[in-house]
Amino acid sequence: MADTKNDAFGADVALEPYWAAARAGRLLLKRCRACSKIHYYPRPLCPFCMSADTEWQEASGAATIYSWSVERRASPPYAIAFVTLAEGPTLLTAIVNCDLDAIAVDQKVRLAFELRDERPVPVFRPA
Amino acid sequence: MSIKGKAYIAGIYEHPTRKAEGIPIAQLHAEVAKGALDDAGLGLADVDAYFCAGDAPGLGGLALADYLGLRARHVDSTETGGSSYIVHVNHAAQAIATGKCKVALITLAGKPRTGGAQPGRAPLAMQPPDAPFESPFKPTVLNIYAMCARRHMHEYGTTAEQLAWIKVAASQHAQHNPHAMLRDVVTVEEVVNSPLVADPLHRLDCCIISDGGGALVVVAPEIAAQLQRPRVRVLGAGEAVKHMNGGAVDLTYSAGVWSAATAFEEAGIRQSDIKYASLYDSFTITVLMQIEDIGFCAKGQGGRFVADGNLISGVGKLPFNTDGGGLCNNHPGNRGGMTKVIEAVRQLRGEAHPAVQVKNCDLALAHGTGGFLGTRHGSATLIMERS
Repeated sequence: MADTKNDAFGADVALEPYWAAARAGRLLLKRCRACSKIHYYPRPLCPFCMSADTEWQEASGAATIYSWSVERRASPPYAIAFVTLAEGPTLLTAIVNCDLDAIAVDQKVRLAFELRDERPVPVFRPA
Repeated sequence: MSIKGKAYIAGIYEHPTRKAEGIPIAQLHAEVAKGALDDAGLGLADVDAYFCAGDAPGLGGLALADYLGLRARHVDSTETGGSSYIVHVNHAAQAIATGKCKVALITLAGKPRTGGAQPGRAPLAMQPPDAPFESPFKPTVLNIYAMCARRHMHEYGTTAEQLAWIKVAASQHAQHNPHAMLRDVVTVEEVVNSPLVADPLHRLDCCIISDGGGALVVVAPEIAAQLQRPRVRVLGAGEAVKHMNGGAVDLTYSAGVWSAATAFEEAGIRQSDIKYASLYDSFTITVLMQIEDIGFCAKGQGGRFVADGNLISGVGKLPFNTDGGGLCNNHPGNRGGMTKVIEAVRQLRGEAHPAVQVKNCDLALAHGTGGFLGTRHGSATLIMERS
């Protein structure tokens, strides 16, 4: 279970498998058994059909950049992106370990994890 | 039931300040409330409904109803960010049409420039459910809108120069507004050569940050008939929300597709009938996408549509934001919906600056996008007629 004392987002029992997997370097998506659609971020009730019959599915880690920007005034500047997973969902994330001037739409990227605010969060680096 | 013709915008007021040092937000709300009531020829005792959004200090409208001395029998604090005040006109018209009230006051005020409007961090249990999955990546208003621009460029070949034309048009209008924060006319070259703040958006693709506020008074037809001001009738309105849809993200369009369709259907007019448009201009890309989504041009053609001065009053086919908009004039409280309605009403009354007044302006539109265009936002469309 996540450390609730240092947890910026409070305890959330339904998300414990997600964070446990993240600590092990695995990204979990949610798949709905009723409508077969995959969604992200994960919710106990499917946002496409509201079924509670949802299960975890691991992402392969393969993805492409859908859109991106570099926050130039930040120190240091950083890249933010929408990245589309091979499984379908597009998520908001960071592009790391890259040349900020060489990021491109449709670029292939690969899943990695970084600790941010003591949380393991999914980021992507050039494939 | 339709709101068509059931309500009139009788009073408008835009606070002249752009820097409200030493003036609390509640006082700004009071000053704009008085300004709009004076403009309408009405008084405090006439108001029976109050509308405000998240910029109002206190719980919903309660603290300000107290501060202002309002006797409200209808209160609505619908919050969709900067588009809230366009939504409020729709809701006020609905409340008037169903007999819940006759004189609705809508106010906005904010102080992002002098630091009076920084809200405290929400309690942990009130953090939105998306926060753990997004906030670690440091999304900002800038980079979220920038990613919409990036995708639009990728899919449709939209260029930085085309986006720059939107700022150029706004600056052409702002030169005539003595209250505008930025009154210098800029060129396409100056926009694209200004520093990148979040690729592909440049500094001059962004709206200004200003203190200030504004207010509207929406009244029943029988009240409007007694007033001495030019009459502006509400013809139609629409609202819609768009979000990340469980990961099925599409950055190429906004909820304006739905809000505008609702508004035009209710008004019973077409896009080509609109003589003037107030378009939310937090960034140049916001304007461009809204123009497509409202239906002023086909999806993907926005870049060509805005180029070569097509948005400049007296020059192009779709004069927009003739006060200089949020890009040059005013963006009080980081919320641009209020000033969008105000300038549209000025145009319909024939009270815009003579240099930018649209001839025979009988039909106008105000459209807003509140929140974050690329993640979750609320669109609102309002169509008004001079009567």
